[in-house]
Amino acid sequence: MEKNTRLATKLAGIAMASPVMTASGTFGFGEEFADFLDLSALGAVVVKGTTLKPRRGNDGVRITETPAGMLNCIGLENPGADAFLQEILPRIEKYHMNVIVNISGSTVEEYGQLAAMLDVPGVAAIELNVSCPNVKEGGIIFGTDPKAAAAVTAEAKRHTKKPVILKLSPNVTDIVQMAKAAEAAGADAISLINTLLGMAIDIRSQRPVLGNITGGLSGPCIKPVALRMVWQTAQAVQVPVIGMGGIASAEDAIEFLLAGASAVSIGTANFVDPGIAEKISTGIDTYLRERGIRNVAEIVGALKL
Amino acid sequence: MTLPKLAMDGKILEHCCIGPQMYRLLVHCPAIARQSRPGQFVQVRVERGQLLLRRPISLADADAAAGTLTLIYRVVGKGTAAMAGLQPGDTINCLGPLGHGFSCTAEKPLLVGGGMGIAPLLFLAKAFAGRASILMGGRSAEEMFWPGLYDKLVQDIFITTDDGSMGTKGFTVTLLPQLLQKGTFDQVFVCGPEIMMRCAARIASEAGIACEVSLEKRMACGLGACLSCSIDTTDGQRKKVCKDGPVFPAQEVF
Repeated sequence: MEKNTRLATKLAGIAMASPVMTASGTFGFGEEFADFLDLSALGAVVVKGTTLKPRRGNDGVRITETPAGMLNCIGLENPGADAFLQEILPRIEKYHMNVIVNISGSTVEEYGQLAAMLDVPGVAAIELNVSCPNVKEGGIIFGTDPKAAAAVTAEAKRHTKKPVILKLSPNVTDIVQMAKAAEAAGADAISLINTLLGMAIDIRSQRPVLGNITGGLSGPCIKPVALRMVWQTAQAVQVPVIGMGGIASAEDAIEFLLAGASAVSIGTANFVDPGIAEKISTGIDTYLRERGIRNVAEIVGALKL
Repeated sequence: MTLPKLAMDGKILEHCCIGPQMYRLLVHCPAIARQSRPGQFVQVRVERGQLLLRRPISLADADAAAGTLTLIYRVVGKGTAAMAGLQPGDTINCLGPLGHGFSCTAEKPLLVGGGMGIAPLLFLAKAFAGRASILMGGRSAEEMFWPGLYDKLVQDIFITTDDGSMGTKGFTVTLLPQLLQKGTFDQVFVCGPEIMMRCAARIASEAGIACEVSLEKRMACGLGACLSCSIDTTDGQRKKVCKDGPVFPAQEVF
């Protein structure tokens, strides 16, 4: 197929072939999906949440299906920043994809340390995970307090020249306040939403289904919430917004673009169809072509009220 | 060497009930069938109902020449209940072949299967081309339709049932020590409930015989990405059942 530029976009200075990215924790390090799609045709691959030291994650049951969704409590299992830099990053270079590294710290300083370590060739940007609901220390606290979110953002910015994206939690009263705090602290982009905190109980054993008792809800069931939050946030900030939450089709993705997202990220849908991200990209292209729209940027925030 | 994995719609050729809540599904997926090895599995997408995630099902057979996969499953939840409603002619999307299967180099293998764990061992028995024997256990005679399926594939069939309605009364592993003491088997391959596999692995280890086990865990992607199916290895590593397994050397996990 001849390359067209309808989908080409630039986000926080990163040239992207498509506005369709894949969300952290749902796409491994990209390589797991190489049999199913052209990774370089994606806007970016946001790799598994990385911490300073390796993490073994949570024990017990880590996922359960829910109506039109799923709960997970993986607990940030990852090999740690050193292993990522030494083993994984060199290995995935050959896919020529924009690699965005999602980082999680238990202190403000750790975000700075990680940002500095990852300021290397081959990393396109850094996404700050301040919204993981499944780890006890850090994580969510930075995502629910605007001052803490700003502190983490500023610290990361001080330690890297890479674009810094803050990933917001939906588990807050006022998402706009969080987004504004991140923007003021220098975030180059904002991504939202992370999972909604949820729970499931096995009524036979009368115990929680998940080993961690609570977990993050994702999938089509959270899409309306995500779309509303993306719409609110995109109106309130100048920096680009990356929309995610339950996107499973090109139609879903286009809704987010119209609501003001400059790019979208595919999460849980990757588990259902490992080739879905590329199909969504193609679907957006078809939508643009049929309407004679020359570039995807023209529909970003084009919602008519 | 890693062969490419595929996600493809397969046409259901046969689908029959073969025991209480147990079904045998024959699906036409030539590209997956060609590459499948014993111990591997597919993730099936059940479009019926409101189910989001795929369901991992072990391969009871893959016939490269016919281009078919055989899945034998028991209805245990919403996913398998929806699968049971599929008719010949319907399509089902299969993702596979997934995971790391059994080694097939043993000269005198003993397969040990408990309950639905007997299903994937069928494919392994076929690969051993008549060299293997099987020890199989189930709850009662009613669900022990398996001997008929193994008849032409193995040397000897040893049977246990919990209630004694067929074969020896007791758990599957009851017969294992005496079978291994005879000293002719050179490798044991186990699939079944975890407690039974743990026990079988210990007995094999005591007899000084190599043992492989096939684990089962809840999983979402089946590709090693979501980390839902992480397990601890005996040397303190984390491994993924979907990608590093489901088959592991017993000493690596028990």
